[in-house]
Amino acid sequence: MASSSELNRLTIAEASDRLRRREISAVELTRACLDRIAAVDSRLNAFITVTEKEALEQARAADHRLSSGQAPALCGIPLGIKDIYCTSGVRTTCASKILETFVPPFDATTIAKLRAEGAVFVGKTNMDEFAMGSSTENSAFGPTMNPHDLTRVAGGSSGGSAAAVAADECLASLGTDTGGSIREPASFCGVVGIKPTYSRVSRYGVIAYASSLDQVGPFAKTVRDAAILLRALAGADPRDSTCSARPVPDYERALTAEVKGLRIGVPREYFVEGMQPEVESSVRAALKQYESMGAKTVEISLPHSSYAIACYYIVATAEASANLARYDGVRYGLRAAAEDNIELNEKTREQGFGAEVKRRIMLGTFALSAGYYDAYYLKAMKVRTLIRRDFEQAFQKCDVIVTPVAPTTAFRLGEKMSDPLTMYLSDIFTISVNLAGLPGLAMPCGYDGNNLPIGMQIIGPQFSEDAILRAGDAFERSGAVTLRRPAL
Amino acid sequence: MSHDAYEAVIGLEVHTHLLTRSKLFCGCSTEFGRGPNENVCPVCMGMPGVLPVLNRHAVELAVRTGIAANCEIAPRSIFDRKSYFYPDLPKNYQISQYETPICKGGYIELPGDGAARRVRLVRIHIEEDAGKNIHEANSSLVDFNRSGVPLVEIVSEPDIRSAEEAGAYLRELRDILRYIGASDGRMEEGSFRCDVNVSVRKKGASEYGVKTEIKNLNSFRFVEKAIEHEVARQIEVLESGGKVAQETHLWDPDREETRPMRSKEFANDYRYFPEPDLPPLVVPPEMIDAIRSSMPELPAARRARYARDYGLSAYEVGVLTAEKDTADYFEAVLPGLKNARTAANWVMTEVLRVSNESGKPIAQAAPPASEVRALLKMVEDQQISLNAAKTAFAAMCKSGKSADATVAELGLAQVSDEGAIAAACDKVIAAEAGKVAEYRGGRDKLFGFFVGQVMKAMGGKANPKVINEILKKKLAG
Ligand SMILES: [Zn+2]
Repeated sequence: MASSSELNRLTIAEASDRLRRREISAVELTRACLDRIAAVDSRLNAFITVTEKEALEQARAADHRLSSGQAPALCGIPLGIKDIYCTSGVRTTCASKILETFVPPFDATTIAKLRAEGAVFVGKTNMDEFAMGSSTENSAFGPTMNPHDLTRVAGGSSGGSAAAVAADECLASLGTDTGGSIREPASFCGVVGIKPTYSRVSRYGVIAYASSLDQVGPFAKTVRDAAILLRALAGADPRDSTCSARPVPDYERALTAEVKGLRIGVPREYFVEGMQPEVESSVRAALKQYESMGAKTVEISLPHSSYAIACYYIVATAEASANLARYDGVRYGLRAAAEDNIELNEKTREQGFGAEVKRRIMLGTFALSAGYYDAYYLKAMKVRTLIRRDFEQAFQKCDVIVTPVAPTTAFRLGEKMSDPLTMYLSDIFTISVNLAGLPGLAMPCGYDGNNLPIGMQIIGPQFSEDAILRAGDAFERSGAVTLRRPAL
Repeated sequence: MSHDAYEAVIGLEVHTHLLTRSKLFCGCSTEFGRGPNENVCPVCMGMPGVLPVLNRHAVELAVRTGIAANCEIAPRSIFDRKSYFYPDLPKNYQISQYETPICKGGYIELPGDGAARRVRLVRIHIEEDAGKNIHEANSSLVDFNRSGVPLVEIVSEPDIRSAEEAGAYLRELRDILRYIGASDGRMEEGSFRCDVNVSVRKKGASEYGVKTEIKNLNSFRFVEKAIEHEVARQIEVLESGGKVAQETHLWDPDREETRPMRSKEFANDYRYFPEPDLPPLVVPPEMIDAIRSSMPELPAARRARYARDYGLSAYEVGVLTAEKDTADYFEAVLPGLKNARTAANWVMTEVLRVSNESGKPIAQAAPPASEVRALLKMVEDQQISLNAAKTAFAAMCKSGKSADATVAELGLAQVSDEGAIAAACDKVIAAEAGKVAEYRGGRDKLFGFFVGQVMKAMGGKANPKVINEILKKKLAG
């Protein structure tokens, strides 16, 4: 049994069980997480805002519900929330200077759902500004360090949420994934992360980067915890017309560990020259493990994969250029001193946005401009259809697809900041999944020579979250990989 | 004058608010006249993370508008983002429809004598309105109450050839929108606005001239004035050997002239692209059928029917059908009356007068149509005089009492009892022996005097027709 100072190391499943049996209280559990944050976060910078007072209040309310004997699964569970989710009364910065003082008057739908479950929010986690980045270095509040090696990045854009879970600052957390922003940091930090099918989870109140690609999802220490959290997040929302009304399966109950006969597709385009050899060997070893458990592997092809990054950077930036137009200094957030409305706009945005955000707004504005729309945006939409079809055809031969999450393990801070194009390649294996709107799970499958976690990605057809969680859980339970706690 | 050698080519873009209770993409009220920023929420304020949810009623009203304007209704259309920076536009993009509007084609038939004039439409699409900037001495304020209010934009082909015709088109369009309940058509409240595209060309030319756009027109009179002014200006430019510049003008209502906008005020590349936050708008055939079958009679059809069935003049038809309320009221008065004109005259004079004087709609200002019908029936049956009916009507407007009760209470019923009238006649003849002798001697003109005396004796309530008959007989001796 973990000592009270180690309560923060529990999984959701374990903590929920012990809370229910009143062996521990939500306040003790929350206190343990807050203490851990106080002890290590100055080195990690995983949190932009720590909401100690609110968290303890929520914990007390959770204890009250728990003692009444009727508490939902997440009651009393301390979570970290990416600072892209609007949280009523708690500042929501999106890691941008332009929203440094923004306090939303409303909750995102997912936040409201978790609140209703009695979850505890310990704070708002760091990220790349407006979710634009793959390393959490593009944050107006400084980068997040990787708990496994403080000289390396945590991945991005949801780097704070991944690092916070890896460092046991909270039991689980929420991220968002537009091109890999959950899966890549999960991989770099050695935790589980799932990007659900586009439309599976409401986006209402989640600050938009690229609306047709953004999707909400959890980080957790185990696949089971991810399933428990996703079950609470998913489902129809009258405030989000793109959100699916399909019933939500019980993802936890789907975890049968049964993979006999599962057909695993292995795309030849995803094992490319130049990738870190340990990443390839680790994923190949995981595939062997699956075969030993009765699954079959089949080689498949996703022929349009090489166009994914180009396609993504047109679609995503085009949408972003409109989504970020609202930050003009008129109604909320930063307001620069100015003589007239045009100057107000220009100065506020000049001072408020970081370099990468400006770069992407300009890219997107260009792609949509008169005379260029057909050559860029329209063509990108056609490529997107081809990428979606690639997956549809592949899923006629297999049930899930297994790939590496990223070509390398966590890189060094500053290593790729001067070269955006190299940085963009970090998402080469994750971006297609967003373009096709599919669910993708990232989970640890090994470590490299520097003790850095290696991530495996399991991709499924639309709305097959239960299947990819089952496959991930089976691998996790096989014991093929022993997880290493970061030595902080 | 060389002006006669030119013709104007005019196309209109009308923006009109749809009469929904809530806004296009959020639940906020659309009520006009509330305090600044009272009808707002995170969605229509463009807060970070918010998403639009389409108001189905707005879609129904847009389809209704399309059907009334003879358009083709698109079974599937999409919303687009139209990007431009302006402080009253909270997201700095407007959700509109660009390549696939909900209604395509169609036409409006202009009223008038002779062959019907058709103005063809290009399209009708749905979009959201912006807020309103309020400029003060040292600052500007923004009221977002109007932000997100549903609009349709109705775009005509350049089929209009004069300011007068533009006015006729706008009035007809407004009447149609009011008839179908899509819009209140109030230009002065900004719920019905018009942009004008004008060019001129030599008569008989097949090419269009260079056009200018005039914005900021918020009354029918201004639209007509602005077109007249702009047509004259363009002809002058051409006649003096110049070229018309393609530019946008603002109408200055104080100086009654147009002036070009600064290029910064309108030079925009709107960067349209499909709105990713809204699924395609699907209008199922059953919805179109249901709306089609619930369409009221439109103004043109009603005008034709009134002229044909009631023999009313074009002027009378115009007055009665200008507002759907008036026409509906008129038709509710009609049943059981012998003469439609009686009802028509009554509605045009008495009913519209009380409505205008009180500034209230007919339903509130005038008694129920059934009571007016009862009153007019009494006139037709000679139970009361026309003057008595007017007195009764005025009283009914105030008291809300029935026609029967009012006529009885005010003692307005005419006496047609021949015995009583004959007795009164006898009295007058006895009292006025001298005049009777004169009359019998040939002074026919005195007949009116006797009628007056009898009426006076009867307290003004006798049926004049009966008095006439009886007096004639008795005086004939
Ligand atoms: Zn609203």
